[in-house]
Amino acid sequence: MLQNPTKPPFWRDVRFLKVLFQVLFLLGVAAMAGFFYANMMSGLRDQGHPLSLSFLRNEAGFEITDGIDFNASDTNLKAFWVGVVNTLRVSILGVFCATVLGFIFGVARLSTNWLIRSIAAIYVEIFRNVPLLLQILFWYALTRSLPRIQESITIADTFFLNVRGFYLPTIAGNAGLSVWLWYLLWGVVSAIIVVLCFAAFRHLSRSSGLEQTDRPSFASNIIFGTKWIAAPVFMTVAIAGWFLSPGQPFEIIVPELQGFNFVGGINLTPEFLGLLVGLTVYTSAYIAEVVRGGIQAVVKGQREAARAVGLTEAQVLLSVVIPQAIPIIVPPLTSQYLNLAKNSSLAIAIGFLDVFHVAQRMMVPTGQTIPLFGMIMVTYLIMSLTTSVFMNWYNRHITRFER
Amino acid sequence: MTENVTTENVTNDPIIVCEDVHKWFDDFHVLKGITTSFKKGEKAVICGPSGSGKSTFIRTINRLEEHQRGTIIVDGIELTNDLRNINLIRQEVGMVFQQFNLFPHLSNIKNITLGPMKVRKLSKRQAEEDALALLERMGIADQAYKYPSEVSGGQQQRVAIARALAMEPKIMLFDEPTSALDPEMISEVLDVMRELAHSGMTMLVVTHEMGFAREVADRVMFFDEGVVVEEAAPADFFDNPQHDRTKLFISQTLQH
Repeated sequence: MLQNPTKPPFWRDVRFLKVLFQVLFLLGVAAMAGFFYANMMSGLRDQGHPLSLSFLRNEAGFEITDGIDFNASDTNLKAFWVGVVNTLRVSILGVFCATVLGFIFGVARLSTNWLIRSIAAIYVEIFRNVPLLLQILFWYALTRSLPRIQESITIADTFFLNVRGFYLPTIAGNAGLSVWLWYLLWGVVSAIIVVLCFAAFRHLSRSSGLEQTDRPSFASNIIFGTKWIAAPVFMTVAIAGWFLSPGQPFEIIVPELQGFNFVGGINLTPEFLGLLVGLTVYTSAYIAEVVRGGIQAVVKGQREAARAVGLTEAQVLLSVVIPQAIPIIVPPLTSQYLNLAKNSSLAIAIGFLDVFHVAQRMMVPTGQTIPLFGMIMVTYLIMSLTTSVFMNWYNRHITRFER
Repeated sequence: MTENVTTENVTNDPIIVCEDVHKWFDDFHVLKGITTSFKKGEKAVICGPSGSGKSTFIRTINRLEEHQRGTIIVDGIELTNDLRNINLIRQEVGMVFQQFNLFPHLSNIKNITLGPMKVRKLSKRQAEEDALALLERMGIADQAYKYPSEVSGGQQQRVAIARALAMEPKIMLFDEPTSALDPEMISEVLDVMRELAHSGMTMLVVTHEMGFAREVADRVMFFDEGVVVEEAAPADFFDNPQHDRTKLFISQTLQH
C-alpha cells in the first residue's frame, strides 16, 4: 500500500520548494542592488554630481594622435569612439599576429631539429614568464631608441621606421574607382547568370544517362559552376574594367619626408607599436603552448598511418595532424583572444589612448566616473561576447565529425 | 616450400632481405639479430607471445621503427637515414594496423584517396574511381561517403586495407589486423585478406589467427624474446614443431 497517494502539502512538495527558494534568492539580490543604488544616488547628490550623460556632448579638451583624426575641440563622445576604435585596432591586429606567431612556435617546439625546438622553447618560456606590463614598457622603451626621423630605417623607400613610429604606404581610391565599381557589379551579375544557365543545362542534359545516385544535384552543379566558371567570368570582367576605367581606380600613397615629418601613408605611433608587440609576443607564447598541446593530443597511430601511406612529414602535419588538432585548440585559443583584448587596457602605462585610457582622461574633468565605467565595461563585454559567439560557431562548424 | 594453395604465386626473387637486424628501446633489446628474407608473392605469418618483437620487426620494414644495426633491403632499396629511400619504400609497402588508424576527420573514400592524390599525384577523379573500385572489392562500396566513426569495426579495417592498397604497394604488412575486432567481424576481414593472398600479393602478417596461418601462409615464423625461434611451412610448424618453446606456444594457442 502507498503511504500517501494524495498530493503532499506544499511545504513538502519539492517542485514548490525549488521555485520558492529561487524567488526568495532573486528578491534578496534585488533588495541589495536597490539599497546600493539608493545609497550611491544620495551620495552623488550630496557631492553635487548627479548622474548624467550630457557630458558626452561637451568638448573633450585633449588631443588623440592615434587612429581617427581627432582634436581637442571634438566632443567626449567622439573621443570615446576613437578610443574604442584604437582598442579594436590593436586587438584585431594583435590577435592576428599572435595566432601566426603562436602556430609557428607551437609547431617548432615539436620539431625533430634540436636547434629549432630549443629556440622555440626558450621563446615560450621567456615571454610567458615575464609580466606583460614589463614587456610592454620594454618594447615601448625600445621604440624610444630608434633612429631620428632623418635617419629612418627604410625598406625600398616605402616603409620607414624611426623614433616617431612606423610609416607604411596606403591605398586610396581615385576618380576611376566609381566606374570600376560598376564593372565589378556587372561582373557579379554576369557570373550569376552564366552559372545559373550552366547548372540548368547540365542538370537537364546529363541527368538521363546516369544512375540515380550518380546524378549530380542542381545545388552541386551550382557549387561546381561557382568554383570553375563564376570566378573566371568575374575576374575577366574585373580585369577588363580595370583597364577600361578612366585612370587607375586606386593609387598607392607612399609616405614622403617633407620638412621634419612624413606625409601620406599610415603612421603607427611608438605607443601603438609598443603595445602591439608586447601583446602579440606575450599572447603568442601562450598560443604556442595551446597549439603544442593540441598537436600532441592527436594519437600517435594517426601519424604512423599517414607516414605508412607515404606522406612526407609536412603532409602528415598539414593533412592529418593539424585538422584533428584544430578542434582541440580552438576553445583555449578563444580565451587567449579574450585575454589579449582585455590586456590591451594596459595601454594606459605607455600613454596609448585606448578606450580605457580615454575614459580615464574624461573622469576627472566631468566627474562622471560611474557612467564611464559602465560604458567601458559594456564595450569590453560586447567585444568579448562577439568573439566568443564567433569562435563557438567556428568550433561547432569544424567538429561536425565524431572523434 | 611445401604443398600450399598459394605456392604457385611465389617466385624465387627475394623482395625483402633482412641481415642481422637489431633494435633497442633505450636499454631494452627488442630485436636481437633477425636474418631472413621474403620472396615476391610469399605470405609469411609471424606469431609469438606479446613483447617478443614481432610487431616491432614488421614496423622496421617501412621505417615506422628505426633499426640500429644490420641492413634491411626492400625491393632493392636499402633502408637508411636517406629520406628519399624511406619515402620510396613507404610507397611500396602498405600497412594495416591493429587499431585501424583511419583518419576520423575524413570520409572513408577520402581516407583512401589522400595518399594517391598527395603522393602519387593522381587527379581527384582518378583517385576516387580507384577508391570506389577498391571498396567494391572489399564489399563495402555503399560505405564510401560515411565517416569511419559511422561504420563497424570490420568495415573500418576493410577501409584501412583499401587505403593501403590504393598506393598499389608490392608488399602488405598486417599488424594484428583482427585483434581489435568483435568475434563476428573477424571473418569478414580474414576473407578480404585471403582474397588478397590469392591475388599474389607479398604479405607479412602478425596474427594470432592460427586457422588463417595454416590455410594461407607459405611460412610461419615464431618470435620469442627478439629472435626467430623457429620457422617452417605451416604443416610442419603446427604438426611437428622442433623447439620446446614453440611446442608450448602451439599447445596454449590451439587448446581453445
